[in-house]
Order: sequence, then C-alpha cells, then structure tokens
Amino acid sequence: MARGPQTLFDKVWRRHEVSPESADSPAVLYIDLHLVHEVTSPQAFAVLRERGLRVRRPERTLATMDHSTPTLTAQVFGGAPIALDSAARQVRELEANCAEFGVELLGLTHSQRGIVHIIGPELGLTQPGKTIVCGDSHTSTHGAVGALAFGIGTTEVGHVLATQCLLQRKPRTLAVNVSGGLGAGVTAKDLILTIIGRLGVSGGTGHVIEYRGDTIRALDMDERMTVCNMSIEAGARAGMIAPDETTYRYLAGRPRSPRGEAWEQALDAWRGLPTDAGARFDREVDLEAAAVEPMITYGTNPGMVIPIGAAIPQRPGDAAFAQALAYMGLTAGQPIRDQPVNVVFLGSCTNARLSDLRSAAQVLRGRRIAPGLRMLVVPGSQQVKREAEAEGLDRVFLEAGAEWRESGCSMCLGMNGDLVGRGEYSVSTSNRNFEGRQGSGARTLLASPVTAAACAVRGRVTDPRELL
Amino acid sequence: MEPFTTLTSRTVVLAGANIDTDQIIPARFLTTTTRSGLGEHLFADWRYGPDGTPRSDFALNGPAAQGCRILVAGRNFGCGSSREHAPWALADYGFRAVISTELADIFRSNCLKNALLPVMVDEPTSAWLIAHPGAEVTIDLIAGTLTLPTGLAVTFPLEAFARHCLLQGVDELTFLLERRSQIEAYERRS
Repeated sequence: MARGPQTLFDKVWRRHEVSPESADSPAVLYIDLHLVHEVTSPQAFAVLRERGLRVRRPERTLATMDHSTPTLTAQVFGGAPIALDSAARQVRELEANCAEFGVELLGLTHSQRGIVHIIGPELGLTQPGKTIVCGDSHTSTHGAVGALAFGIGTTEVGHVLATQCLLQRKPRTLAVNVSGGLGAGVTAKDLILTIIGRLGVSGGTGHVIEYRGDTIRALDMDERMTVCNMSIEAGARAGMIAPDETTYRYLAGRPRSPRGEAWEQALDAWRGLPTDAGARFDREVDLEAAAVEPMITYGTNPGMVIPIGAAIPQRPGDAAFAQALAYMGLTAGQPIRDQPVNVVFLGSCTNARLSDLRSAAQVLRGRRIAPGLRMLVVPGSQQVKREAEAEGLDRVFLEAGAEWRESGCSMCLGMNGDLVGRGEYSVSTSNRNFEGRQGSGARTLLASPVTAAACAVRGRVTDPRELL
Repeated sequence: MEPFTTLTSRTVVLAGANIDTDQIIPARFLTTTTRSGLGEHLFADWRYGPDGTPRSDFALNGPAAQGCRILVAGRNFGCGSSREHAPWALADYGFRAVISTELADIFRSNCLKNALLPVMVDEPTSAWLIAHPGAEVTIDLIAGTLTLPTGLAVTFPLEAFARHCLLQGVDELTFLLERRSQIEAYERRS
C-alpha cells in the first residue's frame, strides 16, 4: 500500500499495530519492552494471580527497584534494615513477584540497578523504533533514541504483563523545531524548561512531541534524554528524537545492544525511521536556541519558569497563581536571583547521568557549598556511580561538603525518606516542583545541574555563568 | 468493574487549574501494595494540617461536601505522575465522576480503568459548575449527557469503546485476552 511521507512517530506506531484503531475500538498496540518497578507493579501482579494468568513475554520484561529504595550505602549493601517498613515490604514484594512470574530483576544490590529510565538506555535495551512502556510518566525519556515510549497506569501494567499489548487511541503529533546554538552555561534542561514555559503544562496533551532541528541534532544522548524526559511536564505522554549517528555511537557495544550481523541489520532498519521530508505534523512550534537562558522555576508546576535573571511575573486576579506564590513564599515582581536556598538536590531521571554530574562538578571543584546548606548527590544508576568514582567526581562532591549516595529516585519525590523540610527551599535538578513533591511543605525550584551547583556554592539562587 | 449508567449527586468543587496527582495522593502513600484504603489520604496535604487535623477551609471538609460523588475540577486536572493511586484514592473516597474542561492523558486513561467517569465539558458549563458548588447534577452515560439543575443538558464526548466498557462493566483485559490469536499472528510476522 502506497503511503505519503510519514513522521517518525507514524512509522513506529504503524509497525506495532496488532490491529488498527476503528470507530468502535482503540488500536491494539504491541509493546517491545516493558520496564517494571516496585511502586506501580504490585497490584498488577496481584491481578495476574487472581485471574490465573502468566507473564506472556518475560524476555520482553525487565524489573528494577528505584522509587522507594534507600540511598544510604549501609541500607543498600551493609545489611542495615531499610528505614521505612512499607518501602521494605514493597522491595520484598517485587522480589517475590519476579521470582514467581519469571521476570528478570535487577535487584537492590545488583551492579546494573538504577533509575529505570537511566538503566534502559545504559544497558542498550532502549533502542530506536521500539515501543517501550513503564508504570511511570517519565518513560518519555526513552524517546531520545527514537523509540515510542510512554508512561502507563498499573491496570495497563497488568495488560502488558498478561498480553504484551495495550489498547491505545492514536495521539496527534507536535513538532518542536529548535534552531541555533545554545549559549555558554545554557543546558538541555534550560531548553526543555523554556519549551514547557512556551507550551504550558497542558500544551502537549493528546500529542506525541518530536524534537527537531539543528539544536537537537547537536545534543548528545544524555542531553536528548533530559529533553524527552520532561515531555510529560508539557502534558505529552511521549517525546521523540530521530535516531542518527550520535544515537548509534551511543548504543554500539552496550551490554544488550545487538551485536555483529544483528547490529548491521538493526542499523539498516533504524536508518529508515527518521521523519520523511514533507511529512505533516498536526502542530508545529518553532524556537530559537540563542534566546534560551539558564532557567529556574518559581511556582508549583514546571510551566511557572523564568530566566534566572528575570523577576517573578505579576498576574493580578489569578487566584491559582497567587496560591502558588503563597505556597512558595515568594512575591510577584521580585527577582528570583539571590533567593536563599536550604537544600540542593542533584539527581533524578532528568539529570543524574554522568555528564550531569561532570557539569556540576566543574562548578564545585575547589569550592565549598555554603554553610548550613545541604547538598545531596544521587547518581542515576550504579554504573553512573562507578564511572563518576573512577574519574574522582565523588571526591569533588564530598570535598565540597555534599553527600554522595547510592542510586535511586531519592529526593525527586521523597518516597524513600530523602526529604526536604517544611518551608525549606530546594534547588533541584529533577522534573517536578509540585506542592509537597520533595516533602510536605517543601518548596522546589527546578534548574540545571550547573545552576544547582552554583546555587549550592552561594547558598542563594545564582546564575551559573558567574561561576563557570 | 461495576457498570456505570446514571449518577445523580451534588458536586464538590476544586477550581484551581493544573491540580496534579501528587496533590491527589502524595508519594509517601504509594508504598502500599494494594488498591484499597487510599481514600483517607486523598488530597492529604490540602485536607489535613501538619498536625493531622482537618482544615476547615478545604472544600472536601465542608459539611456540604459529605456524600458528594461528583468532583468538579479546574483545567488539566490529574497532570503529572502516572500513579493510578490517584483514581484509586478518588474512587475509594466515593467519587464516581470527575468533571473538567481538560483532564491529563494518563490520569483520564486510569480513571476509565476504575469506573471513575471522566466528563469533559466546555468552558461555560465548567464556569457555571465552579460558581455553583453543591449543585445537584445528573450524568446519563447512555444518553451521554450532563444535566444541570437549570434543566440545561450538555453532551460530553466519550469514545465508543470506553462507553461500552463502562456501561457493561467489562474490563479491557478481557478484551485483550480475547485478541490472543491476533497477537500471536503479529508476533509471527514481526
């Protein structure tokens, strides 16, 4: 059947239709890779057990634990009990479920454990053209290699475990075209925060975003993952970037990448994935990279974001805006710069890859964090931790006065007891500044790793370009 | 799943835009391994003060809110985390429907799996509902209408398949399991 020019998304979607969408029913979409973690899977395994079902394709399923796991070495490796009983129960339940249903588990002490969205690409399991799901909204991260990857709820986790398929309505497409070079001290995090500020937190609802343009092409894989990771903060379930030589160089030789002849065949297939010339998107948005500044959030959703040198906007008569500022203890019209900071968190699936740690270390090397400030550095995976230690980054953080932990989601959502105190200001490299996200009453300002490091040194919101 | 046909209830209103699933159910309650019992933690940080006492200024704590089974919410309700604990908490508390001009994608999908009806309405209808908390409204899923106490009946969109599943109380897993031969055929050809 002859088809017109197609987008990357169209190609991946069509190749995974077990049956297409019709007026009466959604598409049945085949899932190539299902990533499972301890928080959103217990109730799904319970349904399998109740209905006498098995995991249909265990070899397409990989489990790890990251959300509620401790980051203190003594609790991960030293045999000390996990501080939270309910978290310990969840960890044990995932171990039992994986054993019962024959699912591979990278468990608490496994050398390849880490945040699920960091280890997928790191292992080479995340590949162009695949459909990838996980019971976590930041599954959009994996779209950085040209996969169609999105978060699902626990009921759908059960559907994929039992059938390797999902019922889905086909989303619309949104192209975000970015051109030009990013300035010094301006990172992929600042770019995606700018995009979210432009689209708004629901601007991508119902869409899959494809990030395009020479700015995107120039990003390395870690940076592309940061961009795709936060697609959901604009309301889009998935973000994608077409695979190219940068992608193939990244994937070559990874533990679970194809090898030998299979690699050559995979490359041939992957090279056909990028959006065809002339393909139409349902919507397009253009952005100049040169206009992007180091960004920081001031409110209670990621769309409430400004350049670090700007003042907090004024929106008289907007009750929700006023409520957000009241929660944050900030005032409309005030500059965000020099706002005192209590905690700095360097971590999460957004910004805890090796290059993120390197860029923060570049600011911290030979400096100390401000007196009274707490800085927590949580590598995204055990592999990132080992690589960082091999080049001495752990020493840089420790000598600066920061804490150096085992990998996990940690203070991004505070499930494991790594919390920001009530009323405290946290500059965080994570993805959500929702009320209470890092602890009840905690006030989160999202920023890049270099900005976070600069804020740690000064103890105040600081433009990283002053310290680079 | 319990079938959904019609529902008449007073409404409770949370008018703010972009209420995220971290507000609906904070992460510290996600270490549970079951679906039940989350209703008591629904909107925990808005509903209770730091000492655990109910906050009188929060809509759900008002006497008029007791027994309400319909939540009227501001635009983009349910954004953020994919946690299905959010609809579990809403349903466990007693809600059967959420009305908004816009619901976040994953949250909406999760609602449909839990017989929590997502009702998308236009801006004027939403504005009327937000201005009239406690109004008694009727949702008729067979007709696809929401009827206000003024007598005005507005239609709301819902895809045919979701409507069928809710009306019959059938779940998607059964539907998918019945597609086994098609799934096997796909696996053979790919």
